[in-house]
Amino acid sequence: MSTWKKTALVRRQEILASDIYSLVLYIPEIAKQAKAGQFVTVYSRDGSRLLPRPISLCEADGGEGTIRLVYRVVGAGTRDFSTLREGDSIEVMGPLGNGFQKRDTKAILIGGGIGIPPMLQLAKELEGEISIVLGFRDETFLWKDLETWGNVYIASEDGETGVKGNVLDAIREYKVEGDVIYACGPTPMLRAVKEYAMLHKIEAQLSLEERMACGIGACLACVCQSKEVDGHSHVKNKRICKDGPVFDAEEVEL
Amino acid sequence: MNLSVKIAGVEFKNPVTVASGTFGSGAEYGEFVDLNRLGAVTTKGVANVPWAGNPTPRIAETYGGMMNAVGLQNPGMDVFCDRDIPFLRQYDTNIIVNVCGRSEADYVEVVERLADEDVDLLEINVSCPNVKEGGIAFGQDPKALEHITAEIKKKAKQPVLMKLSPNVTDITVMAKAAEAAGADALSLINTITGMKIDIHRRRFAVANKTGGLSGPAIKPVAVRMVYQVANAVKLPVIGMGGIMNYEDAIEFMMAGATAVAVGTANFHDPYTTLQIVEGIQDFMRENAIEDIHEIIGCVK
Repeated sequence: MSTWKKTALVRRQEILASDIYSLVLYIPEIAKQAKAGQFVTVYSRDGSRLLPRPISLCEADGGEGTIRLVYRVVGAGTRDFSTLREGDSIEVMGPLGNGFQKRDTKAILIGGGIGIPPMLQLAKELEGEISIVLGFRDETFLWKDLETWGNVYIASEDGETGVKGNVLDAIREYKVEGDVIYACGPTPMLRAVKEYAMLHKIEAQLSLEERMACGIGACLACVCQSKEVDGHSHVKNKRICKDGPVFDAEEVEL
Repeated sequence: MNLSVKIAGVEFKNPVTVASGTFGSGAEYGEFVDLNRLGAVTTKGVANVPWAGNPTPRIAETYGGMMNAVGLQNPGMDVFCDRDIPFLRQYDTNIIVNVCGRSEADYVEVVERLADEDVDLLEINVSCPNVKEGGIAFGQDPKALEHITAEIKKKAKQPVLMKLSPNVTDITVMAKAAEAAGADALSLINTITGMKIDIHRRRFAVANKTGGLSGPAIKPVAVRMVYQVANAVKLPVIGMGGIMNYEDAIEFMMAGATAVAVGTANFHDPYTTLQIVEGIQDFMRENAIEDIHEIIGCVK
């Protein structure tokens, strides 16, 4: 598999919720190869911001040659991306990282906040029966897209939508069951998902996040602590960009 | 047209290498650039034993630059010699091995281990601002620098480049100390110690509190120091610090660098190194420069 750094053409961009944007880019080289759980890095148009921003793939459509990125505006870089309009161009590198290992068994997809987007491509790729559990702080997004692919259960911190609480409250409340968990979201959520999976003795694949520089495994900025000695530096630091971002829950210390 | 330069007797097909720590041992960037076309690959720092590095977050972006405090995570010299040297030797490029340590004995152990390995130059990292012991302690005191340089020179079979820190009052004092102790060449600058605070979380942006600032934000400082050092010692200098394009590379060479290293720019664009090689060639053609030596140190 090759990695590309190319100019992508903006097909469209829309706002899904406060500070949550959906960006569709035409970049066939990446769209054809990408799979669920992988990410791209997007380069700012302002040269004073040197580092590309890692953003997970929400959807990749090889036929159309497009990828969809759903991201939150958190700083100057993502604010720059939020101003992209149809016809603009932007530099993108990818596909990066390993992606989810797809199992044929009954699956629970868990997304928290801006960890929700990769669950859409995963839901599309999985063959078996799937339940989708989403955690929001307040405003909701993407759940309608996900409903096409499985039963969606929602938890929100403010209780406005679904169960009041977090994703595990929703799992308990709705008695969601499965043989494998795929999760992406904030670290406290992933930690809780890992505990839940270990308690119920089911496989969990967690997608992690960290600040990145190179995005390809060279700079060693985005490491996470691993249970076993890693293959690169022979310490216990796996590279999230290269060895991940998806890890077996038992493989990483959160 | 001649692009080749010699550093401590080692011929480089062109004056472009990479800054240690920004390019791994070349495997990851080899997907983007033909390593055969680089003058040299400079590896990430290698110690005698594996180092786990610092806690995360290890980096933060700054205006026109970035700070890092990776803390020299590396697999140690045994894995490096078994895996990374054979990988790099497949390519027609020089191998510069960056050596790090916590004590003088650590450095010497790595240098001795590398003595019989097929590598071209050793770059001694006495200037990493992100490790508590060793590293910069040797790079901020001329006596300590002179001592460690002499000890390394006793054991080294390859030419020795001392990599200097900009975090000193007068970098020419350090350059002269390294020269007096027998260093074969110098590389500069390493990163400038910086700090960034996340005002919303009231926390340091990198876990190490301080980090090494790199990128175009530091380039004028680097050019100034390369100029000072090149005019203070007879040793060849590999210049680095914020080189983003061929114009920057030529600027360093006009200031006195015999070769240049591309660092942070690799993160901004993985193709930068080759673009610079090509850009230098075009610049020479357009300006009727027959030999790259015509521009080295041409601005006095």
